[in-house]
Amino acid sequence: MMISAFKNFNLGRSVPKSVAIHGVLMAYTVIALFPILVVIINAFKERRAIFRDPLAMPTMDSFTLVGFEQVLLRSDFGLYSWNSLVVTLLAVGLVLLLGAMAAWALTEYKFRTNLLITFLFAMGIMIPIRLGTVSILRLMVDLNLVNTLTALVLVYIAQGLPLAVYILSEFIRTIPKELKEAARCDAVSEYKIFFCIILPLLKPAMATVAVFTMIPIWNDLWFPLILAPGEETRTITLGVQQFVGQYVTDWNSVLSALTMAIVPVLVLYTIFSRQLIRGLTSGAVK
Amino acid sequence: MASVKLDNIQKRFGDVQVLHGIDLDIKDGEFVVLIGESGCGKSTLLRLLSGLEEITEGDLHIDGQRVNHQSPAQRGIAMVFQSYALYPHMSVYKNMAFGLKIAGQDKQAVKLKVEEAAKKLKIDHLLERLPRELSGGQRQRVAIGRAIVRDPKVFLFDEPLSNLDASLRVKTRVELGKLHQELNATIVYVTHDQVEAMTLGDKIVVMNQGRIEQAGTPLSLYHHPKTEFVAGFIGSPKMNFISAQVTSIESDSVQLMLESGPTIRAAIDGQTLKLADKVKLGVRPEHFVLATDEENQFQGRVSLVENLGELAYVYVNTGQNAESDIVIKLDGDCQYQAGDSIRFAVAAADTYLFDKAGMALPRLNKA
Ligand SMILES: Nc1ncnc2c1ncn2[C@@H]1O[C@H](COP(=O)(O)OP(=O)(O)OP(=O)(O)O)[C@@H](O)[C@H]1O
Ligand SMILES: [Mg+2]
Repeated sequence: MMISAFKNFNLGRSVPKSVAIHGVLMAYTVIALFPILVVIINAFKERRAIFRDPLAMPTMDSFTLVGFEQVLLRSDFGLYSWNSLVVTLLAVGLVLLLGAMAAWALTEYKFRTNLLITFLFAMGIMIPIRLGTVSILRLMVDLNLVNTLTALVLVYIAQGLPLAVYILSEFIRTIPKELKEAARCDAVSEYKIFFCIILPLLKPAMATVAVFTMIPIWNDLWFPLILAPGEETRTITLGVQQFVGQYVTDWNSVLSALTMAIVPVLVLYTIFSRQLIRGLTSGAVK
Repeated sequence: MASVKLDNIQKRFGDVQVLHGIDLDIKDGEFVVLIGESGCGKSTLLRLLSGLEEITEGDLHIDGQRVNHQSPAQRGIAMVFQSYALYPHMSVYKNMAFGLKIAGQDKQAVKLKVEEAAKKLKIDHLLERLPRELSGGQRQRVAIGRAIVRDPKVFLFDEPLSNLDASLRVKTRVELGKLHQELNATIVYVTHDQVEAMTLGDKIVVMNQGRIEQAGTPLSLYHHPKTEFVAGFIGSPKMNFISAQVTSIESDSVQLMLESGPTIRAAIDGQTLKLADKVKLGVRPEHFVLATDEENQFQGRVSLVENLGELAYVYVNTGQNAESDIVIKLDGDCQYQAGDSIRFAVAAADTYLFDKAGMALPRLNKA
């Protein structure tokens, strides 16, 4: 993969330019990965070692698993992870399905409120959902949804949908119209056209959207804190906060919890990005 | 299979009128070829027939039934697109079976039909492949196969061969001809290609700016084009048009004086002409012969020779103010080179004549 990427990159580009571009990308990668690396190495170090030299690798002396023990034994880490996973997967799944359906309807069919709805979604991209926190909280209180995962899922769908619709619409426009027309000649119903022909072709775009949507949801602290702070409904990011005290912070536990929280999201990301790469190359290679 | 009848079919996109009243009768089992310049409305007409686009005005009957408001599926048509439009994520088998499956046919019957069609098109060894794993010609055959299995009343083809390379095109063309004989299907076929039109069509429909210019058998269009447009469109290379003036009118011919000098006798019924009328003489490149002592002689200087081996197209400049070079088709072993002077002639019976409005005058001595 790496080699072929390099090859493609060099096509029609001079070597110095390609080196420069890769240099910039590498630098960015290092900057992006550095904090994660620091979190992970310090999760395995004793408290004193963390403060003595945060950048040092764990040694025989400083190595410890006390943080992990704390997290796994003293807190409901399993429950928090489960909550995060449920919320993220449900929200991402529904964003993908509803986003694809909305994008298809808005691009394929002409109806009176088409432009208005497109405009509303565009607004949704530009205006951050947190501006509406107070109203959302009121709404959830009225609906009796406070301290439920449903509240989080609903909010995250609203948060993810506009961008999903936008990206998927652009992608749907690139699908040749002959495909739909061929299907219509084949007497395929409009629903079947969407589910059997359009949706499978959208896979790579949906993988992109899934990644975009998933990360902010997994990492979000704001809405879990406001809408679902109860013990039963805590997500990982919120759960970790119990180790952050006003006076004392249990750094071992915080770092261990964060390290473990990275794993599921990494797995999901890998799944989606596989799909993404497969989708991108499948059409292009004869 | 079915007959198709178009009655004053019109199409407007907003304010733009694309088709201005098309009347056409297509008989059961007929192979009709639509040709015309780019943008003249061929694809639009095909899409109206298919039901993918709505007819603005006029009536469309398939098998005697008015189908203006029926969906493509209800009309029982199958369309083969220029871009093939195969479902990229489905195997060849699934591509062909999809429509049948949707229609709720039973699995065994679908299998039989697909396999039979695949055998007919010689793609039965490719059934498990994905479209992207096929060559252009194979994809084209899958697209045709997908149409065949549905057993439609009418096949619609929109430039199905234009994405193929030259040799494959010839091969597929021949196969299409055979397939038509075998299926005995009603086919409407859009193409840009002269040869496809002449060889495949029972009937050729020449379109010009949203109107039918002329419809008829390939040979009738070749021998008796009704207008200068059709004469120029049918035949390759194009017919030569030479400005001329009528000098005398007889019962069996018309005498013309060309701007570049020579006098020509054309076997044309000139009753509607008057002396000194400005007309256009038309001569096909293949009808010129190297001059012996016959009448209707031209002379000029060779400006270019395109030798294809078997034959040669010689471009001749016949005078200072000739509009454009005259093209002559000669044997491939002719020895002419640019700059040579050349004398050639055309038989009176091989000429065409068009009046000022571009309408053809009746040719004599031609069935
Ligand atoms: N959806 C549309 N909206 C507006 N105008 C259209 C539309 N579709 C086609 N046209 C116009 O109708 C005319 C005929 O188009 P059409 O595609 O039928 O041409 P064609 O004969 O098939 O040309 P080609 O040989 O290049 O395929 C063109 O001028 C085109 O711009
Ligand atoms: Mg066209």
